[in-house]
Amino acid sequence: MLETEVKGKRKLELEEIRRDFPLLGREVHGRPLVYFDNGATTQKPKRVIDTIERYYSLENANIHRGVHYLSQQATTAYEEARKKVANFIGAASDREIIFTKGTTDSINLVAFSFGESLKEGDEILISHLEHHSNIVPWQMLCERKGCVLKVIPMNDRGELIQEEFEKLLSTRTKLLALSHVSNSLGIVNPVREMIRKARDYGARVLIDGAQSVQHTTIDVVDLDCDFYVFSGHKIYGPTGVGVLYGKESVLDAMTPYQGGGDMIKTVRFEKTTYNELPFKFEAGTPNIVGGIGLGAALDYLSEFDMHEIEAHEASVSAYLGACLKEIDGVRIYGESEQKLGVQSFLVEGIHPFDLGTILDQQGVAVRTGHHCTQPIMDFYQIPGTVRASFAMYNKKEEVDVFMNALERAVKMLK
Amino acid sequence: MMTLEEKQQDVIEEFSLFEDWMEKYEHLIELGKDLPLIDPEKKTEDRLIQGCQSQVWLESGISDGKMQFTADSDAIITKGIISLLIRVLNQESPESVAKADLHFIREIGLHDHLSPTRSNGLLSMIKRMKMEALRQI
Ligand SMILES: Cc1ncc(COP(=O)(O)O)c(C=O)c1O
Repeated sequence: MLETEVKGKRKLELEEIRRDFPLLGREVHGRPLVYFDNGATTQKPKRVIDTIERYYSLENANIHRGVHYLSQQATTAYEEARKKVANFIGAASDREIIFTKGTTDSINLVAFSFGESLKEGDEILISHLEHHSNIVPWQMLCERKGCVLKVIPMNDRGELIQEEFEKLLSTRTKLLALSHVSNSLGIVNPVREMIRKARDYGARVLIDGAQSVQHTTIDVVDLDCDFYVFSGHKIYGPTGVGVLYGKESVLDAMTPYQGGGDMIKTVRFEKTTYNELPFKFEAGTPNIVGGIGLGAALDYLSEFDMHEIEAHEASVSAYLGACLKEIDGVRIYGESEQKLGVQSFLVEGIHPFDLGTILDQQGVAVRTGHHCTQPIMDFYQIPGTVRASFAMYNKKEEVDVFMNALERAVKMLK
Repeated sequence: MMTLEEKQQDVIEEFSLFEDWMEKYEHLIELGKDLPLIDPEKKTEDRLIQGCQSQVWLESGISDGKMQFTADSDAIITKGIISLLIRVLNQESPESVAKADLHFIREIGLHDHLSPTRSNGLLSMIKRMKMEALRQI
């Protein structure tokens, strides 16, 4: 544990913070739950749950449209949440924060709205490590617009090959869409350098932060990306809400892709004018409680020092990695030093589905399968992996329980 | 020869011997290991059952008016499960396969203990076996 205390921040006392997450106290199949599936979704602190309950019990109203007290109060709460998001990721203004349904929705918004400006022959660059939701929307855009999709290859260790990346860049590259952290392997891509190189060719850059924003400090201005996207439910917030950060000038130049209420200034049958940022991209009644709940999650996380969380999670992950290496026939996928939040592995001769099933019977929740990254599985020619993924509340004792459960599973299945 | 119902009772009795779920899984794994393999060249796309997290291949035929199933999977627990289906449905007429009420699955607790994706896999296997029987009618 880090000894350097940051002023005014709550220390990461694990037993104490675990009590903030009601679900962590439950049992599964008669065993205390070990929840190592945080990459899929994190558990929610009481603060988020209470906020949602209070909202529906006391504060519910539609926003941006009522003169009455409740509507104004709800509007204020929702817009406060937007400011919290802007602060949390270092955005210059809350006009740059668009609430969406999640990472997938954010990427689709960019693919449609930003994509509208692209022409035949323009190139979109993604990487071999992307989640399907950072692949398919670009393939669809290429179909619509005649653009060309290029893929940065990876090496055996799970790292993107930087020389190949540089070769793929050209003035035809209009967008680089890149994950910050791979959800399958936990590899941290050198986004800062890659953004800078893409900039040299005038390309815009979208960073998929679905697996980074909950683990490490994000400053979008410092990163200098044009778009940064993430999901509320992976950062201790509710499902059904996510964020698209976009640079104001870039968002301003984009046309909305969904029309409806809230996103307009004036509607005439002859001509409609759009609302200003961020509202022009938020057609219809949004997920109000989702936004407010996400704000509560960020409030909770902000009680702590993000560096301490990152160091703690890294130590739990490294401990699991070290324990796994002790087991015969284990191969860890993603062997880079630069990893966050995830250990992905296989045991020789055992199908990941079988391992996951026997782990589950022992109260250990992991994910098995391709993790929505089939190209990575094809690269390694494997059906999938077992993925353990961590959050701030995980502890080394849980790794010990996990390892016992794993050893038992391996004995049964070998 | 046991009837389809007797075979189901047989499986239920077999599983009732086990104290907890780990033992049941150990048994499923043993059954999976005993299931004969399908030749690699027969593991073709048309024999693959969709809807399972693991891959399952099913082959069927008919001889003397009775269904003959063979199946294989890359996951051993899935193989164990499908071996139970085969044990119950093999050597039955296509009609009785098609209309079989496989209540043993519920009674040995497989339904409760398989997650939705997996029980979808189980349901897909059953559906496919019944479809293949229907084709023979
Ligand atoms: C890297 C990455 N991108 C995108 C997504 C999609 O997120 P969501 O399903 O919340 O839209 C995920 C989540 O699984 C992810 O890990």
